[in-house]
Amino acid sequence: MIKVEKLTKRFGGFTAVDGIDFEVNKGEIVGFLGPNGAGKSTTMRMLSGFLPPTSGRAQVANFDVFKDSLRAREHIGYMPENVPLYTDMRVNEFLRYRAALKGVPSRRLKERVGDVLELCALKDVEKKLIGQLSKGYRQRVGLADAMSHEPDLLILDEPTIGLDPNQIRLVRELIRNLRRHHTILLSTHILPEVEMLCSRVIIINRGRIEALDTPQNLRAHLGQRGHILFDAIVPDARIAASNLRLLESVQSVSHRADGEWTIFTIQAAPDHDPRESLYRHAVENKWRVREISRPPVSLEQVFAQVTSGEEA
Amino acid sequence: MRRFFILLSREISSAFHQPLAYVVLFFFLIVTGFNFQAGVTLLNTGPGTVTMVQAFFNTVYFWFPFVLVFPLITMRVFAEEAKMGTIETLMTAPVRDTQVVFAKYGGCLFFYIILWAPSLLYFVAFQKITGVNAAGAVGSYTGAYAMLLLMGLLFTAIGCLASALTDNQIVAAIISFAAILGFFFLGLLSFLLPSTGSFLGELTYYFSPVEHMVDFSQGLFDTRPIVFYVSSTLLVLFATFHIFQYRRWKS
Repeated sequence: MIKVEKLTKRFGGFTAVDGIDFEVNKGEIVGFLGPNGAGKSTTMRMLSGFLPPTSGRAQVANFDVFKDSLRAREHIGYMPENVPLYTDMRVNEFLRYRAALKGVPSRRLKERVGDVLELCALKDVEKKLIGQLSKGYRQRVGLADAMSHEPDLLILDEPTIGLDPNQIRLVRELIRNLRRHHTILLSTHILPEVEMLCSRVIIINRGRIEALDTPQNLRAHLGQRGHILFDAIVPDARIAASNLRLLESVQSVSHRADGEWTIFTIQAAPDHDPRESLYRHAVENKWRVREISRPPVSLEQVFAQVTSGEEA
Repeated sequence: MRRFFILLSREISSAFHQPLAYVVLFFFLIVTGFNFQAGVTLLNTGPGTVTMVQAFFNTVYFWFPFVLVFPLITMRVFAEEAKMGTIETLMTAPVRDTQVVFAKYGGCLFFYIILWAPSLLYFVAFQKITGVNAAGAVGSYTGAYAMLLLMGLLFTAIGCLASALTDNQIVAAIISFAAILGFFFLGLLSFLLPSTGSFLGELTYYFSPVEHMVDFSQGLFDTRPIVFYVSSTLLVLFATFHIFQYRRWKS
């Protein structure tokens, strides 16, 4: 559905997007993740045909976004950040205008507008002026606009920013329901959102793609490097820690007291799991054990690690 | 073409969606009404050489609202979309940049025509009530209104260009007002300079709106101003198109 090759955008001396490559297949929901100013919006603007790239190519539905822009745009529903709308129009009037502009034939206009109003739960405000709507409604009007011409691809730039938790849930639910008919590329800061919605994640930082995988794989990949928690009652914490350090594949051990318990935090060598030998060691020493666990790595940690410049 | 008309109808309706439109229409009617009344008073002072149409189109009361109205009509068109960010949704719909520029220009022009349309009624009323011919001949009407349209073409284009230059409507209005006023006053130089022998005099005569209106409202069709207004309109629209594209690509 999307095919991006060596896409680069420079603004004067500043490189906003630096030769990125990626592909999105039909039916996927791909999350675009990155800190502010990483180049998410710029990439999305280029994909939607708003900005021309400095170099590189991008295709949507097999149409070049720049050479064959009009035809590519017919396949794209784009919702920009902050959802700009014509505040002087009524909701149904606006959707009708946008659908017509994007090529929905006149005889199907009424049906299409009715459908998206229904889908985005906008029926009760269809006659209201957009300028009078709350942020949550506006967001949904923007979403309704983006899909009014039944595009194959939806590009949503931070669709849940600035909403309250209830509205976020509504919008998320909406996006989840859209996956049946559309391929979706969305950008966000909110990591749980990505885990909930996306089949793949692209982490972008300073204009470059730092990671591109499923959320599970990303986590698993970093999970190998996660630490192990080991809670036990030991006679002497310092001696126990130095003994633990001698175990195979243990790299470092730190400890702190929690009442009579000592909590050890153990860093293992990559691709090794010393939990079993930890257990055996505890049994040999007749330690009372409360927990041996490997806390799952959250996408948040992946994100922090990847975008703070540490190698992943 | 369907897309162009969709865009055009949106531009026209958005022009009438704002309160400013009605304020402009209202005050415009008052000033042109006053201008008409002044013309009638002039004719009442005794026998003269001018017709009602000439008296209407060649006074300060005509030129003052005429020049003032363009920034008000056009300041909004590009600046507002740029400021609100709607330009992003607009330009990611499958529409050509040329379609957008022409639709916006067309919307302004339509408003301008609506603004002047009631003035035709003045002459009808004048003829009905006084029984005196408002113009020497039909050519006088067509001349005056053709010139009104020709000047409207160019000045609306200048206004659109100014609006495309900035995100701020007020700045757009000031730029177009300054440009139109500068153009207008340069044209007035042709009244101060000798019309023959002086290069500057002949030059300013060539683009002086006031001179053009004097000629056309007598029914004198001169092809030179027609070519001048049409070609410079195209030039300004061409510049508008490129500035519009350039500013988007830089954003």
